[in-house]
Amino acid sequence: MNRKKFISASLLASAAAFLGNKISFGENSKQKKTIQPVSDKKLIPGKHKDLTILNPKPWNAETPPHLLDDKITPANKLFVRNNGRIPEDIDVSKWTLTVGGESVNSEKTYTLAELKSKFKQYTYQLTLECGGNGRREFSPPAKGNQWDLGAVGCPEWTGVRLKDVLEDVGIKSDAVYVGYYGEDVHLSGDTEKVVISRGVPIKKALEDEALIAWSINGEDLPVMNGYPLRLVFGGWPGSTSGKWLSKLVVRNQVHDGPKMGGMSYRIPKYPVAPGTKVPEEDMKIIEEMPVKSLITHPKTGAMVSGSKSFEVRGHAWSGDRSINSVHVSLDYGATWKLCEVSKAVNKNAWQHFKINLSLPQKGYYEIWARATDSNGEMQPMVIPNWNPKGYLNNACHRIAVKRV
Amino acid sequence: MSLDREDILNHVDGVVRIIKLVFAVVLLSPFIFYLLTKVDFEHSEEVVEVVETPLIENGIDLASGLIVDDNYELVNGTCSACHSIDLVTQNRATREGWKDLIVWMQQTQKLWDLGDNEALILDYLEKNYAPKQQGRRAPLKDIEWYEL
Ligand code: HEC
Repeated sequence: MNRKKFISASLLASAAAFLGNKISFGENSKQKKTIQPVSDKKLIPGKHKDLTILNPKPWNAETPPHLLDDKITPANKLFVRNNGRIPEDIDVSKWTLTVGGESVNSEKTYTLAELKSKFKQYTYQLTLECGGNGRREFSPPAKGNQWDLGAVGCPEWTGVRLKDVLEDVGIKSDAVYVGYYGEDVHLSGDTEKVVISRGVPIKKALEDEALIAWSINGEDLPVMNGYPLRLVFGGWPGSTSGKWLSKLVVRNQVHDGPKMGGMSYRIPKYPVAPGTKVPEEDMKIIEEMPVKSLITHPKTGAMVSGSKSFEVRGHAWSGDRSINSVHVSLDYGATWKLCEVSKAVNKNAWQHFKINLSLPQKGYYEIWARATDSNGEMQPMVIPNWNPKGYLNNACHRIAVKRV
Repeated sequence: MSLDREDILNHVDGVVRIIKLVFAVVLLSPFIFYLLTKVDFEHSEEVVEVVETPLIENGIDLASGLIVDDNYELVNGTCSACHSIDLVTQNRATREGWKDLIVWMQQTQKLWDLGDNEALILDYLEKNYAPKQQGRRAPLKDIEWYEL
């Protein structure tokens, strides 16, 4: 602190000397933001400038819904969710992936080049959503980054199948879980401390679409999203898809890395009233994400003149399931109109819906979208079951429109 | 008082020297600043007083985004050491909720014992960042209207 203040003081001195003006600076963070207002808060390396930044340290940013209009999410519009500091000075030629744990026959290490040459490569479009997407709407509030709607995206990922690599390593029949370790650094600066180490049950890990990926839409992963190597498990909380991946452990028990236990990425085993204090042993790990949809066009706030019709479109997705239908309502759920819905290009890819609407008379409307999945589950219109950490809010998306 | 030529020259000389000194300080200040960033100072209390003039608007400290109230600087200093203070300002909780969070960070995220400051920080957070009741679903707000 003292040092930071001293810096401020000397900056103050230089600035005052150079400008000959009365300038006041506070602490380090203050002068940083006063002198470089943009670099600090507004621009994330490799990302679209209109992403909403929730937290610049560690970087956490989401995509406003209208920027998610592309069928395949561009890399620069994919949300950023980091728990630690991004690794620096990444040397791709030296990057390795080690696969170990109780349930492998013997530990094995691959270089990135070996992974790319030794195994068949696959490309899938996979939906990645933060478990806390929508947290902002829970009441009483849940702590953490207050995600609104846009911690979700569905780019094309290229890599090798996790199951091909596990087969090459050789796993034992008692394998239960696959956990990951990455190269990000804990916020405290302690390089020994693991930031986050989660994973998935072996069944999910052995699916065709479970990838060890190095590319988004044909290009290297953005540094913010795990360059040079990461896991991708579509339809499950983003935190299962480890970034800056350097180690996998095949476990004979549910993986117990940091953020597997406690309250993180867990919900109560039974429904609770809002605000209930739930003991840790009554919490269970979140697996699939729930059915959800997003209106990506028009952007909220559209003013339409007269009875002109306009297209309403967006995407819908549901964990490991598919979407059967999407409906929209102009009257707060009193009546619903059926949209056209595309087929998924592969499992765990979002689907697209569209419909032409016109507004019956002058005035204010809200367009609500509600998806129904292959299990017949629908999105709720109000906030779903409250949980202590505010996960899994899949309440229907609402946009405001006006006929003028 | 009469000044002869010698005296005037001496005076001018002195003034020039002062100007040179001032210029040297101005020119060197970025370098001095750079040096200061490299050195850890233990005793800079006097300087601290000089720089505490934050920019405040509508009761918000513009640089941190924190609500200005007793001990907000303590909160800013303590709670932005690992992550940005934005992680604090976007959250709301009861005193108990904030206390639980501090305990969680101490048990799992290497947050240190806050000593006597803990109560001051909790006083501040409880008062300024208490939960707001927003019901089962809040109305849409902050809509920017545009022509489609
Ligand atoms: C020693 C480092 C450190 C300090 C100092 C620190 N925190 Fe944290 N805090 C963390 C870490 C690490 C996380 C988890 C970040 C993540 O996973 O995104 C966190 C998370 C949080 C969260 C989000 C909680 C959640 O569940 O994700 C809040 C709110 C928070 N801190 C508030 C504070 C407050 C208030 C203070 C000052 C009393 C503080 N922090 C000081 C390390 C720290």
